[in-house]
Amino acid sequence: MIETENLTKKFGDLTAVDSVTLRVDEGEVFGFLGPNGAGKTTTVRMLCCLISKTSGDARIGDYDVGNEADSLKIRKTIGLVPDNVGLYEDLTAYDNLDYYGKLYECTVSQRKENIERFLKMLGLWDKRDVVTGSFSKGMKQKLAIARALIHDPEILFMDEPTANLDPESSKVVREFILDLKKQKKTIFLNTHNLDEAQRICDRIGILNTKLMAVGAPQELEQSVRGRTTVIQLEYVNDQILGALKKLSPGNLSSDDKKVTIEVADPEKQNPDIVEAIVGAGGRVVSVNVVGSSLEDAYLKLVREST
Amino acid sequence: MRLSKSWIIAKKDLKSFIRKKTILYTVVALPLLISVLFPVVLEISSRKSGGVSAAALPTLLPAFAFFYVIIPAIIPTPIASYSIVGEKIEKSLEPLLATPTTDGEILLGKSLAAFLPAIVATYVGAAIFMTLIDSVTYGKLHYLYYPNWEFGLILLVLSPLAATLSVELSIVVSSRVNDVRAASQLGSLAFLPFMGIYLASEIGLISLDTNTLLIIAGILAAAALVLFRVSTATFRREEILTKWK
Repeated sequence: MIETENLTKKFGDLTAVDSVTLRVDEGEVFGFLGPNGAGKTTTVRMLCCLISKTSGDARIGDYDVGNEADSLKIRKTIGLVPDNVGLYEDLTAYDNLDYYGKLYECTVSQRKENIERFLKMLGLWDKRDVVTGSFSKGMKQKLAIARALIHDPEILFMDEPTANLDPESSKVVREFILDLKKQKKTIFLNTHNLDEAQRICDRIGILNTKLMAVGAPQELEQSVRGRTTVIQLEYVNDQILGALKKLSPGNLSSDDKKVTIEVADPEKQNPDIVEAIVGAGGRVVSVNVVGSSLEDAYLKLVREST
Repeated sequence: MRLSKSWIIAKKDLKSFIRKKTILYTVVALPLLISVLFPVVLEISSRKSGGVSAAALPTLLPAFAFFYVIIPAIIPTPIASYSIVGEKIEKSLEPLLATPTTDGEILLGKSLAAFLPAIVATYVGAAIFMTLIDSVTYGKLHYLYYPNWEFGLILLVLSPLAATLSVELSIVVSSRVNDVRAASQLGSLAFLPFMGIYLASEIGLISLDTNTLLIIAGILAAAALVLFRVSTATFRREEILTKWK
């Protein structure tokens, strides 16, 4: 559905997006994670034919990004929720959607039907005749999503759709994205929010100018080598630490009553660790294994890339 | 280019302008004031002191008429500035550019929204002006001074060219500023050369006869063509999203 190969964008000497190769399948929710200035918005703008690519290839469905003749067809196929909602604040919610419906070449009945459907789905139907200047941030964001869907696009690009929203509005937006997923829409989601990405994305790409990794959230979590074993003790002394160092595990840290050890395979290594502690006279209170999170994977990859 | 797309954009902008009182006042009040003011001044002066002689009227009236080149140069400025800078402020250009609409269609829509009110207001004002002038000068001239070829040339050629030039200048200015008022003030500089021509005719430096008007039309057309190139180069989606401040 969305395919890029060595997609690159340069602004003068600055490389904003560097040789990004990825594929997003039909009906997939693809999360694009990355720090500020990583090139997420630039990538979306290239894919939406808003700015040109410097080199590489990109395809949206059967159309070539960068081919002038295909640009209008691509923009007809996709919907965009930009990072700034950009509504006409002196127009009503209904008029905002109706205007875009016309620009997307929807018929009168399509516009009427879709405006009602999406405003009802997003809980804005009662506010249809209210000018959007008086809307809250959450309401504006929901209306921007409805606007992007007015022509029933197959692919939806969303740039930070929950940024600056309160938790309740964020939840509504996330649930709506999950509804769209059930409707088999392909969603390309730019986000900073790791928790959001983990909850709603089928796959995630981590970008920091270059694409650092792509995979399902669980795959990315597991890609961070090792897990952590946390052992609570009655006390920690030099003998215990000496015994543990002899086992040569990964990173080891300790305080008065706790030892934290990075282990590659907890099932194999933890019995030896406990045996060494007991052998050194230690008394074990509890043993916990903490898995690496998407956040660990994200931070590791981003740090490695800078 | 699909005119229907441009018309959708123009209609939406026109709907927004009707709600903006400052724009509405400029579109309605300026042509109305000028159209009524000159005939009233002529009438009052003729009642008090005999007024302008019949021989002087054919020299004076073409200078008045040149205001119908100045009016369409002034009116589009606040509209075009609001239309483009307003979108920049509301950050609504990106979703608009993401629709299946070409840069040319958007630019034409925005230009029409500024051009049409200016031309309609100028023509309505001109109709009032011609009627009132004819009614206050008929007693002295014994013929209807308007309509005439010069005024026809002004309304059908110079006024649209002045409005076009003003729209194009406003587009270029709007791409560089982030404040509607600043854009409007800078764009309004478009009327200065026309004011200069008017003053030159008033002090007798030039005569606004058919030949002079045709020369002015030629200069305006050339300037409009140059500014068209500049404004279309400015109004490109990549330029808007990456370089417009």
